[in-house]
Amino acid sequence: MEKRSKTSPLLFTSSDWNFDDLSRAYDAIKEIAVDELRLDFYPNQIEVISSQQMLDAYSSIGMPLMYQHWSFGKHFVHESNLYRKGRMGLAYELVINSNPCITYLMEENTMALQTLVIAHASFGHNHFFKNNYLFQQWTDAGAILAYMEFAKSYIARCEERYGPTAVEAVLDAAHALMPQAVFRYRRRPRLSVEREQARIRERLEHEERTFSDLWRTLPQSAEAGVPREAETDISERQTAIEYPEENLLYFLEKYSPVLKAWQREILRIVRVIAQYFYPQRQTKVMNEGCATFVHYTIMNRLFDKGQISEGTMLEVLQNHSNVVFQPTFDDPRYGGLNPYTLGFNMMRDIQRICTQPTAEDRDWFPDFAGNGDWCGTLLDAWATHRDESFIRQFLSPALIRDMRLFSLQEEASDPYYEVTAIHDERGYERVRSRLADNYDVGVTQPDIQAVDADLKGDRKLRIKHTVHHGTTLVEETRNETLRYIQRLWGHEVSMVGIDGTTDKTLYEVSTKELGEKA
Amino acid sequence: MPNFIDRRLNPKDKSLGNRQRFLRRARDELKRAINERVRSGKIDTADQDQLIPIPRKGIGEPTFQRAPHSGRREEVLPGNKTFGTGDRIPRPAAGSGKGSDPSSSGDGEDDFQFALSREEVLDLFFEDLELPDLVKLNLKEVVTFRPRRAGFTMSGNPTSISVGRTMFNSFGRRIALRRPKQSEIDAAAAELLKLEGERRPSAATQQRIAALREEIAMLARRRKLIPYIDPLDIRFNRFEPQPVPNANAVMFCLMDVSGSMGEREKDLAKRFFVLLHLFLKRRYAKTDIVFIRHTHEASEVDEDTFFYSTQSGGTVVSTALEEMLRVVRERYPAKEWNIYAAQASDGDNIPNDSERCVSILDKTLMRLCQYYAYVEIIDERESEMFRHADNGTSLWNAYREVSAEWPNFEMTRIAKPSDIYPVFHELFAKAPAPAKRG
Repeated sequence: MEKRSKTSPLLFTSSDWNFDDLSRAYDAIKEIAVDELRLDFYPNQIEVISSQQMLDAYSSIGMPLMYQHWSFGKHFVHESNLYRKGRMGLAYELVINSNPCITYLMEENTMALQTLVIAHASFGHNHFFKNNYLFQQWTDAGAILAYMEFAKSYIARCEERYGPTAVEAVLDAAHALMPQAVFRYRRRPRLSVEREQARIRERLEHEERTFSDLWRTLPQSAEAGVPREAETDISERQTAIEYPEENLLYFLEKYSPVLKAWQREILRIVRVIAQYFYPQRQTKVMNEGCATFVHYTIMNRLFDKGQISEGTMLEVLQNHSNVVFQPTFDDPRYGGLNPYTLGFNMMRDIQRICTQPTAEDRDWFPDFAGNGDWCGTLLDAWATHRDESFIRQFLSPALIRDMRLFSLQEEASDPYYEVTAIHDERGYERVRSRLADNYDVGVTQPDIQAVDADLKGDRKLRIKHTVHHGTTLVEETRNETLRYIQRLWGHEVSMVGIDGTTDKTLYEVSTKELGEKA
Repeated sequence: MPNFIDRRLNPKDKSLGNRQRFLRRARDELKRAINERVRSGKIDTADQDQLIPIPRKGIGEPTFQRAPHSGRREEVLPGNKTFGTGDRIPRPAAGSGKGSDPSSSGDGEDDFQFALSREEVLDLFFEDLELPDLVKLNLKEVVTFRPRRAGFTMSGNPTSISVGRTMFNSFGRRIALRRPKQSEIDAAAAELLKLEGERRPSAATQQRIAALREEIAMLARRRKLIPYIDPLDIRFNRFEPQPVPNANAVMFCLMDVSGSMGEREKDLAKRFFVLLHLFLKRRYAKTDIVFIRHTHEASEVDEDTFFYSTQSGGTVVSTALEEMLRVVRERYPAKEWNIYAAQASDGDNIPNDSERCVSILDKTLMRLCQYYAYVEIIDERESEMFRHADNGTSLWNAYREVSAEWPNFEMTRIAKPSDIYPVFHELFAKAPAPAKRG
């Protein structure tokens, strides 16, 4: 080993990895990442796990700590079945937006792959997590692991106290509302685990301290005061409600007339997790693109500097091209646009526009075409955009031509699809803006809000679904979800679908009509 | 320098708790699937690991989802080849995968398979049979194993060293590496002694002495380097666990298949047979099953025919008993086989035949059988009527005589699955292995 480091600049020669090689490769990558790409990242924590553990991590939505719920078991069974049948490969890595940033490496990977993965996850993703404004605004990387720890133990304690079935009932309902459990416009609520725990501990201690079996034996008249108190409580709540509220879980947590304190706490936990993942949903293309671009650039630099061998580079390139493989729309393997490909291509394209712009590029991107500083341009884009705005801003005609993108319109009433734009002068704008729309969660997520609840009267909760472009909801799951809302609300829940442009009522359902579970 | 952590040795089954929760959740679906398997599957595979497909509906996770083909939407796709703006493409027929919305597709709708272990399968199977816990444990118990010689191995514990094989290896190695024998050294030493004894050694002798000394030293060194027994030579006897060949059992399933036996009756009968088979399988290394069906005549058939095909005709029970007797005499001598019989019927029989049955049982069959169980499958509405053992069909009344005479004859009426167990009560209450008759 000493021999090698003297005579050859190669970081490693064998395809098997060991911790010495890993750490040497890490340092070499870090040098490039810091000096040449000017990346800024959280400290790294790199963990080696087996495939079984990777499957475990998969099924609990990628978190190293997670409370227990049957749906994770279901995903586990499903994924391990797929994996065993060979229909699905496992990801080579998994990275968690936390501080320190945790990256999982699979033990089966070769050394070349581990190097690639470290560049990809520990530097690419890590930089993106730390610098993108969405993550900065909406998530708290320093607190998430501690919060998950708290959530896990809290729910375990609830199961002990109130029984797993009761906890499961709340979690089922809360999970159904997860997509509707984010604040899209308001500031994120700060999470401080210590404060959170102190709050709960205090409440519990107070309950325990003031609990006295004697109270139950008091005559009825003394208890008559309780409903009155509850009533004032309700009217307070009634006045406190602000309509409309798009965060349904938040709404139920705060205003549901039937939930107990621990149930509200569980809703809160699910809501916090949903909020934590919200930026990831909006930055899939950018996040993967950034990581792919970073690993591609770093691996090439390592090769240029003679730090990895040709064989290693070949393996890296082969894996890289698998990752960015984009089947065309008529290919049986087609499953939508590959976010890795789109992101990576766009970033390479930006690099090209900065260094070797054509007249067309100067026309379309006057602010940065030919500025020579591709690194600065990309760093800025990574920090200040999400998928939708990134595509709207940076998708160039050249790339539209390269990928031969075209947009296809589907109108439910028509027996045909119509090609509305292709990669020509007339079509660039439209393709670009449609593609951006498709990555806009505001467009892809149904617009559902709580609009009215009469806490003093019949306590009926009204939910409004604003229908855009006539896209309705799948009836079966909609009704199931409404039943879950009713479980949390405790009273009738009704939902109307209103057309966004004409204000016509398209449908109206109420849990009263639906009845109990079919 | 990053923080590297090796987590490979951490406990693996992090999601075990989740799996159990999921099992509990899907219990009803699974139970339905298992019962379906028992109904349609073979008797002797009822207790194996099974892959159970679960329909998604029981375990769905609903959310508000956009209906895939409603309203207007515009999708951007890669790889345009021939389309120009304004082209219209006919909508593909419903059901073909093209044009599915990539944003909501996810997993697809196919059911997924759930692998259940034998333990879990049996738990679900036992559920409505209402077996006592002890019996459940008994049934799940695996056969005992006895070690059997199976060649040699490089590792093992010292007590199982194979001396012969070890010495054999050592001998081969010593020859191959040319380990000097003691006699060679002795010969050289003797010569040396002789030469050294010479008064006035010539130069040649001197040389010879030096050479001999060197040779002796070399031989000694060689002997030291090439040990007599090297750890490499050592072999251990290898043992393989082998199921203990207990004894053989044969199980006769007798069933009336005349028109009066419907689906429900056959299903109950099947559960009854499965349970008896499970019991036998646990106790005997080899169990055969013989299926005999009868109407007014009896024949030995295979399992499928037994359960699924119908035959028209009257009902003469004694024919089945005669057929069984014939098979026993032909193939299953009572000296070598433990004979179990289970008979299921709805109690119908032609007049006067029941007496004949009793006499066959009394005179021959019960002497040969280890155990004979008779179940009469009745309608649930009739169960009230037949609450007392006294009144019943002619066959029932006739069999009561046999039951009084022979302790290893059990009979009962069943209307629902939970009635089955009492028939076996005696069987399970017994001490481990039933006494073998000479």
